[in-house]
Amino acid sequence: MTDIAPHAPAPPASAPAAKSSTELLAIAGLALVLAAAPLAAYPFFLAQALCLALFACAFNLLVGYGGLLSFGHAMFYGSASYLAAHAAKVWGLPPEAAILAGTLGAGLLGLASGALSIRSQGIYFSMITLALAQLVYFIALQSPYTHGEDGVQAVPRGKLFGLIDLSNDVTLYYVVLAIFLFGLFSIYRIVHSPFGTVLKAIRENETRAISLGYRVDQYKRAAFVLSATLAGLAGATKAIVAQSATLTDVHWTTSGEVILMTLVGGMGTMVGPVFGAFVILAMQNYLSTFGQWVMVIQGAIFVVSVLSFRRGLIGEIANRFKISL
Amino acid sequence: MSAYALETDGVTKEFSGFTAVNDVSLRIRRHTIHALIGPNGAGKTTCFNLLTKFLEPTRGSIRYEGRDITRSRPADVARLGLVRSFQISAVFPNFSALDNVRIALQRKRGDSFDFWRSDKLLRQYDSRARELLDEVGLSAWTDAKAGEMPYGRKRALEIAATLALDPQMLLLDEPMAGMGHEDIDRIADLIKRVAEGRTVLMVEHNLSVVSRICDVITVLTRGKVLAEGDYAVVSANPSVQEAYLGSESPEGAGHG
Repeated sequence: MTDIAPHAPAPPASAPAAKSSTELLAIAGLALVLAAAPLAAYPFFLAQALCLALFACAFNLLVGYGGLLSFGHAMFYGSASYLAAHAAKVWGLPPEAAILAGTLGAGLLGLASGALSIRSQGIYFSMITLALAQLVYFIALQSPYTHGEDGVQAVPRGKLFGLIDLSNDVTLYYVVLAIFLFGLFSIYRIVHSPFGTVLKAIRENETRAISLGYRVDQYKRAAFVLSATLAGLAGATKAIVAQSATLTDVHWTTSGEVILMTLVGGMGTMVGPVFGAFVILAMQNYLSTFGQWVMVIQGAIFVVSVLSFRRGLIGEIANRFKISL
Repeated sequence: MSAYALETDGVTKEFSGFTAVNDVSLRIRRHTIHALIGPNGAGKTTCFNLLTKFLEPTRGSIRYEGRDITRSRPADVARLGLVRSFQISAVFPNFSALDNVRIALQRKRGDSFDFWRSDKLLRQYDSRARELLDEVGLSAWTDAKAGEMPYGRKRALEIAATLALDPQMLLLDEPMAGMGHEDIDRIADLIKRVAEGRTVLMVEHNLSVVSRICDVITVLTRGKVLAEGDYAVVSANPSVQEAYLGSESPEGAGHG
């Protein structure tokens, strides 16, 4: 029943595990394409897309490398968005400080919600994150600082470090691109660090990781906070780009959308969620003439993609060529 | 220091009315290979999970090297040098064989929360990892994906990773389960070899292996200790023959 070659050990059948250098190449290639992108599309649209792409990458850090499916990631994206909008508009902070405030705020929220949710396994973890996100949503709906249905509007973009005027969309785009690449490279660093190695081991076989002496809850909690912080960076940047923070940012559909982006692009791949984000946004954009039917079409595409290419766009390519992307 | 590495005192585990392990007092002498045998449902695996803290006992206490570990967490028990294997082969399937061993060696750094450093610094463990793979006869499999290795090789890999922690005591849960003859002999020899200077407690169905490599055997039935001693003593015990071996002769009971 077992396949044994007792005398001469059979040479290993599979190729060596993929190396991370191809991922760096993919990031570099992506950076080049994105640097040239304003030639082909509106910089304002691209800047908003990059925020969602970074959000998807942050989400992917948790689900793709940590194996934890959060169904409430919009709470980090949205609360960072509100916080940055409030900081820039009411407190009059410069954009870099507003973004930093939003990011750190999301990190703290991640610390608190991680402490409550991380010990639950599987679907229970997803449900607790969803419940906490709903809590945050109702706070956003009721709180006087968030202005309910209106949201925070007319957020000033200001001058980055007092020098770079962000009112120009092209300038804004390249600043957002820099933030996006910083976020993406941070994720690369985390995934390929001693910490990331343990995280992947926990995803692969949690009980075995425990039996090797790893206190897995602490690693998962750390991954949760890192993912929340990066999702916060995306949300805070979005507030400056769109000059607003609204209920949509904390709504559960945003949590769902980020799952969709990650799955379509390729869960557990470095650049997959970026492609996923662009595919979903392009669809919403070009199919907007269909009105409410966008959701139906989006749902159908989701079903088809899960059934026919389960690893996602980039995941299938990476698997075909036995490389890591 | 007592002569025992691991001692339990009246350990009992109840699952809502059902007593899986009932008042079990075990003493595992240091530097011996101790087997825990018994028919299906005797409570061996439950007992095992209690010892490695994957389950909490309802009553009783567990001491490891004089230290009370009754309420310790599983990761902390592993850090004390009491390391377990699993009935279902426990490897990290998408890691290479080398990485499987390296993740265990990485424990020597203590905690690895440094997410800002490159994992290249883990290469310092590569040579030791290769040595360990060599020790269990897996040098040709270094770069193979663990999930794609044949079953017997996975078990050897698991033992290599366990040895990487340099444990003082190994708890092996049915190390021969589902193996072919060639593999059984190889793994039995391997266990015998790694038991030098270590204490081993194993749950095992394969009595020929047990008779060959184990010094002490404890027989469990219905959650209780039925008999204890070396193979000759235990196999001569009439109640053991009745409860466990039935009409079969001990030699005939090869596979579990």
